[in-house]
Amino acid sequence: MNLTLRIWRQPDASADGEMRTYEVADISPDMSFLEMLDTLNETLIERGEEPVAFDHDCREGICGACGMVINGQAHGPERTTTCQLHMRHFADGDTIDIEPWRAAAFPVVRDLVVDRSAFDRVIGAGGYITAPTGAAPEAHATPVPKPAADAAFTHAECIGCGACVAACPNGSAMLFTSAKVNHLNVLPQGAPERESRVLGMVDQMDAEGFGGCTLTGECATACPKGIPMPSIAAMNREYLRAAAKR
Amino acid sequence: MSTPYQSYRTGDPLADTKAPEGPIAERWKRRRFEAKLVNPANRRKHTVIVVGTGLAGGSAGATLAEAGYHVVQFCYQDSPRRAHSVAAQGGINAAKNYRNDGDSVHRLFYDTVKGGDFRSRESNVHRLAEISTEIIDQCVAQGVPFAREYGGLLDTRSFGGVQVSRTFYARGQTGQQLLLGAYQALSRQIAAGNVEMHPRTEMLDLIVIDGRARGIVARDLLTGRIDTYFADAVVLATGGYGNVFYLSTNAKNSNATAVWRAHRRGAYFANPCFTQIHPTCIPRSGDHQSKLTLMSESLRNDGRIWVPKAAGDDRAPQDIPEDERDYYLERIYPSFGNLVPRDIASRAAKNVCDEGRGVGPGGQGVYLDFADAIARMGRAAVEEKYGNLFEMYARITAEDPYTRPMRIYPAIHYTMGGLWVDYDLMTTVPGLFAIGEANFSDHGANRLGASALMQGLADGYFVLPATLGDYLARHPHEDVDPDHPAVHDAVFAVTDRLYALLSNNGDRTPDSFHRELGELMWDECGMSRTEEGLRKALERIPELRAEFWQRIRVPGSGEALNQSLEKANRVADHLELAELMCLDALHRSESCGGHFREESRTADGEAARKDEEFCYAAAWEFTGVGEAPVLHKEALHFEYVHPTQRSYT
Repeated sequence: MNLTLRIWRQPDASADGEMRTYEVADISPDMSFLEMLDTLNETLIERGEEPVAFDHDCREGICGACGMVINGQAHGPERTTTCQLHMRHFADGDTIDIEPWRAAAFPVVRDLVVDRSAFDRVIGAGGYITAPTGAAPEAHATPVPKPAADAAFTHAECIGCGACVAACPNGSAMLFTSAKVNHLNVLPQGAPERESRVLGMVDQMDAEGFGGCTLTGECATACPKGIPMPSIAAMNREYLRAAAKR
Repeated sequence: MSTPYQSYRTGDPLADTKAPEGPIAERWKRRRFEAKLVNPANRRKHTVIVVGTGLAGGSAGATLAEAGYHVVQFCYQDSPRRAHSVAAQGGINAAKNYRNDGDSVHRLFYDTVKGGDFRSRESNVHRLAEISTEIIDQCVAQGVPFAREYGGLLDTRSFGGVQVSRTFYARGQTGQQLLLGAYQALSRQIAAGNVEMHPRTEMLDLIVIDGRARGIVARDLLTGRIDTYFADAVVLATGGYGNVFYLSTNAKNSNATAVWRAHRRGAYFANPCFTQIHPTCIPRSGDHQSKLTLMSESLRNDGRIWVPKAAGDDRAPQDIPEDERDYYLERIYPSFGNLVPRDIASRAAKNVCDEGRGVGPGGQGVYLDFADAIARMGRAAVEEKYGNLFEMYARITAEDPYTRPMRIYPAIHYTMGGLWVDYDLMTTVPGLFAIGEANFSDHGANRLGASALMQGLADGYFVLPATLGDYLARHPHEDVDPDHPAVHDAVFAVTDRLYALLSNNGDRTPDSFHRELGELMWDECGMSRTEEGLRKALERIPELRAEFWQRIRVPGSGEALNQSLEKANRVADHLELAELMCLDALHRSESCGGHFREESRTADGEAARKDEEFCYAAAWEFTGVGEAPVLHKEALHFEYVHPTQRSYT
């Protein structure tokens, strides 16, 4: 396939960016989207131009490093990560727009690379269970009912890619934050810090400049791991419960 | 023909002086008791650098900070949560014996020594088996959502090379969930100010002063700034070197630079030829392939592996009748069947493909068929167990594994070799420690499935925090003179090399060299190795390295995010490490575990060890690029598990 790519190029955080047009030829439908960009970058280097910078690592859809807005959709037309999107979902002759995540809390670093360190700080504000190494009781001391274990797993699947924020018209991180709150709060091990966790994480989320939630639901639609929308409602309930006790 | 590089000499033997004597089950207890302690009030005076934030590094950083040390930690990714441990699918072994199926610490120890084909250290492996149970306790306390039974207790499954069910798992994302547990513990310490975290920062050299590791030189990947960081000890938790092969199941940016730079500064590199080829990966689809994707070994619990009986049979799988299929693993290894260890399953796949019975494009694949499992358990049960793996397969190949067997082929997955460490996990450079996949110690010549996660967490949560204290207690804190010649030398070496890459202005991209090296290594130092092929590779690698430095092209500047520069710098190290891997493979003229020398096989084609000659770990000392290294042998002693020819029939 031959494609026209319109890609956001921006040398660094302080510089202005612009969309630039590139042509790529002989793209195989079996290539991943990132392999298609590799092909472009090899050509650019051979021509002595700087390749397009983008974050990526595992290329298996689990590390959460990659992410770009493809034709206006976070991670593109399929519900998966950019690295697991294959070119068979595009047609010969297509023009594809490729932009970085757009959100106030995710400043652009270069080209398609953004700074998502706000997510790490939200986790640091309570997204853990305090369990010093060596102090753990025998694993079977506290059975966890299977429904609770399964619910915890569903929320724990979040890969921290940031697609939810990029897809949200408000740039909100409610789905990301709620995924961690619910993962830990449904487990008996997470109960002692249940209140401080949700209060701390939500406060940090607000401090990072993420927008508020208006229940648009774009986040859950874009999420490559299928974190469900009701996760946000569950976090709101946890938050109200904790705030009432504060 | 022999190059000067191949005329290595054998130096003094190497001994692990830290491992205590006495009954094996008492040794770890004894070492912990004999280790000197650092008074809690004195711990904050000690700075420890940890490079890497995977299972080993993340758990070590969190635990050391919790204990009161000042930790300075690095990762090249934008967040510590992305380290490649995240991609481990199948599970983590622990000798809990919750199934009452005859498991015990001793059995896990036995299985691991045998699985490693008698090339690991008994003391280390026993310690690993002992700690395995504590790891599960620790992870459950952190909220790791392991799979559970309806009664609320933990579920387990079986993995290759063993006959008990001791693998704990979180669907097909066990690595992710364990890593998030460590990452969250680390995040707590970062927020508390006990860990100074440097994401998007890559270690490019080690600083050794008066024979001790005292710091690192690192590059800020966003600004390009080169900085020095000083410490009382340096811990490398930087993973393996599978990406020397270009195509592997490793993350694209996984690299060997930290361990290789440490090797160049004096740390011996042990058993570099022990690389693991995973039998169940998705075959490559074309020349554009940038990496390979693993399909968890757990699939071999229920999937049946087969190829057509006749060579060149190109019918669709559903059109091949049952009696014209060869379920070759079940046929050759009736007692382990599809669950033989990885090295054996991989070679068997290669053999049937070499016979012309491979399936899919280029005949480089075998079927992994779930039709029987779906008939037996129902589709819903299969979906519950393997849903995410099936989805991943369908996404990549556009084929539905519920109705058509998966096509799989072996790929480079893990490296058992790594920096030589003693029982305390310290390298031959005092004050430099290596943990997780970066060291060589526990898996011998072949790692069993679900044991990498176990080792990473054992090292990080439990072993290193105990042994590092002993070193620090013996070396009171002294400030490093930032103007010490060794510091300047390390910084100069880094900047000089980056400048050379940026200013060369040649005509070839870093990836083009990486691909060429990878193909050469896969052909000559991959699934099976011959003296002739290895000699050929040893001729070619120095030529390729010279060509690299003549023709490499890296656009852009060093003062900004420059991913081509990062890549080129890593490929330059791969071009040196590859040579040592081939030399190690050439010198070890036996077959063992993942190292298969065509010249050394039994009558029925299995790997034939030569215990009289090679019952040692080969630790190599660096003497210069392209210069013959010095071989130091650490003799291995087996008091508890007596070396036998492994049999899985």
